[in-house]
Amino acid sequence: MIAKAQLFITCLAEQFFSPMLKDMVTVLERLGVQCEFPEAQTCCGQPMFNSGFQSQARDLTRKWINVFDRTDGYIVSPSGSCVDMVCHHYPDLFPAGTVDHERAKAVASRTFEFTQFLVDELKITDVGAVFPHKVTYHASCHLLRGLRGRAQPKQLLQGVKGLELVSLNEEETCCGFGGVFSVIYPEVSQSMMEVKVRNIEASGADTIVACDAGCLMNIAGGLKKVNSPIKAMHLIEILAQR
Amino acid sequence: MAHTPTHIDFRANVQHVPPQMPPSVQKATAKFLGNRAGLVDLYGPDNWEVLREAGHEIRLHAIHHLDHYLTQLEEQVTQAGGHVHWARDATAARSIVLQIAREHNVKRVVKAKSMASEEINLNHALEEAGIQTLETDLGEYIVQLAGEMPSHIIVPAVHLTKEGIADLFHDKLGGDAPAEPTALTAIARARLREEFLAADMGLSGANFMVAETGTIVLVTNEGNGRMCTTLPPVHVAIAGIDKVVPDMPSLSVLLKLLARSATGQKISTYTSFIHGPRQSTEENGPQEFHLILLDNGRTRILKDEVARETMLCIRCGACLNVCPVYNHVGGHAYGWVYSGPIGSILSPQLLGTAVAADLPFASSLCGACGDVCPVKIPLPKILLHLRQRVVEGDQVEAATASPVIQAGVSAGTLALGTPWLYQLGTLLLPLVQKPLQRGAWLPNLPPPINRWTMVRPFPAFGADFRAWWNKRTGKPLTPKWLRNAALIAITIEVGLAIAWLLTRKRGDKK
Repeated sequence: MIAKAQLFITCLAEQFFSPMLKDMVTVLERLGVQCEFPEAQTCCGQPMFNSGFQSQARDLTRKWINVFDRTDGYIVSPSGSCVDMVCHHYPDLFPAGTVDHERAKAVASRTFEFTQFLVDELKITDVGAVFPHKVTYHASCHLLRGLRGRAQPKQLLQGVKGLELVSLNEEETCCGFGGVFSVIYPEVSQSMMEVKVRNIEASGADTIVACDAGCLMNIAGGLKKVNSPIKAMHLIEILAQR
Repeated sequence: MAHTPTHIDFRANVQHVPPQMPPSVQKATAKFLGNRAGLVDLYGPDNWEVLREAGHEIRLHAIHHLDHYLTQLEEQVTQAGGHVHWARDATAARSIVLQIAREHNVKRVVKAKSMASEEINLNHALEEAGIQTLETDLGEYIVQLAGEMPSHIIVPAVHLTKEGIADLFHDKLGGDAPAEPTALTAIARARLREEFLAADMGLSGANFMVAETGTIVLVTNEGNGRMCTTLPPVHVAIAGIDKVVPDMPSLSVLLKLLARSATGQKISTYTSFIHGPRQSTEENGPQEFHLILLDNGRTRILKDEVARETMLCIRCGACLNVCPVYNHVGGHAYGWVYSGPIGSILSPQLLGTAVAADLPFASSLCGACGDVCPVKIPLPKILLHLRQRVVEGDQVEAATASPVIQAGVSAGTLALGTPWLYQLGTLLLPLVQKPLQRGAWLPNLPPPINRWTMVRPFPAFGADFRAWWNKRTGKPLTPKWLRNAALIAITIEVGLAIAWLLTRKRGDKK
């Protein structure tokens, strides 16, 4: 065992990306990481927090902290935005100097987004995956700008045998998901999503990769709408391929 | 013409985006961002970060010590022979301008670009008083002719095409107007030149006001700022109280940040330093100089610890250029003179969230604005803060979201935050969705979640990770669920309500 990881699966990934979550366990265990799953976890509170409902978000935050602060080792998640919530917003939800604030800081310091956990903590960029496809990468906003995770996903993709990474025009521009934004202003979300889909199609890739369930829901839906043969995948699903 | 809005409906506004507008906006913003990126590279990305940090500190220091620097500024301007006026709000500022105009029997005014004057709707007040008021910044001149508001902080007519501008010139000015930028500029230039010479008063804003020296700094690329502030016998400058900076070294940092971030220039074509009216030893310049310091809600903004950093803004427009929302909807969708991310945080504070509650939500929270801001305003953080103000209220304003939605979200939070309810929902949703399911997708969902499916299908619920995990670790299902089976029906309701209510800020108007 090289490390212990508490799986923070996130509610969105649990509802819509269960195969990816199983792949996450597969990849981590192959690398010798011991996985544990705190079963009482639900939602981290990000949807409420981002919508302005901070007191409700604080309720969920407390519950999340109660579940995870009695565990040990790393806390690892396949979603940059949920990790950004835990790492950057949890401590701010409680006044400095309070017990809750200190507990929030303590769990935050153990919480890592999957690609950053592999590359920065385990120092692994080659997981032994094989995926002979032409792949392009969409940089999810909260991993990129919230967690400053620009290089890690690409380093992992470059470590995959047979994978050809092609560039995506406007790779770092938001896909139009934005959580609550996509349903408050669907027309604007649509314009942004359509540009993203056009850029993906123009890349010549057969697979688009991202590292967040929200972006993948949006992008996959957009591709489905135009009946595109391009497949939207979470990076972890590629790393599990042999 | 621009009036102070009483309600901004962002969603209604984005329904009327002319199809030729986004490409026109995107062409300009891409050019500015490209130029900016080139200069940041040249400056060295690490050095640029140091400069941004310095800009942030300078601005923060200035807004934390406004009492000191504004007093110093007033002393210096007065010593240089200028007059300083304090305007609590838009009405007061307009009255001061009209009073000065009356005293000098002003009939014609030429204006350099000024967002503060747009904010107080000054042109309208002057026209009502029978004073001809002409915008002389080319972009402002165009939007004035069109009877529109500026759609960008630094390029007011960015939403228009050259063909549209040619038609406008032809309609409003008569004569031939070819759809060619140089020719159109020449038409405006010929007209404006006469006006500069005939004007009784010049109006301008101020990009910065240097407290130590009493200097007003104007940054322009067309030279019209110099004309407006030197040719007419009276010069009136209107600026928000936030525009003050301590001294010249501070100014030099901010000028570097501003030109690079705004248009991607190392320095703007004209940077004018205005120090009082014409001195006895000088041949040119206005005989009188007035500076109007505008509050109009700024001190209220400064009271809020999180949102006060809005006041660091140096109006470069980079956050507009980089914002994917702005680039798709243009400036007019934001309903007032300030648009893009800075408009989304500034307008709700100046106008109140009762008027502009939509704007803090008009962002996907992608964070690009915060990264590009030359003075490191934490725009995403302030957007979230104002969303909270809308929903929950704070010491500045009461909540404007309906209590029904509050209750709905609380119920949803209870369901999401209670493990057995959450897990029960996880088991039931894949069953409940069956009638709507088409393969791996839910193509049509009922209102209000149809706001998702009107754009793209929703993925089918398919949670089986826990079952898989339990199976491989040999754990049985928890019997607690059986105890609570009677609540299944309620849970289904709540589970569906969560997603819907979360997405509803208020009822569908459509």
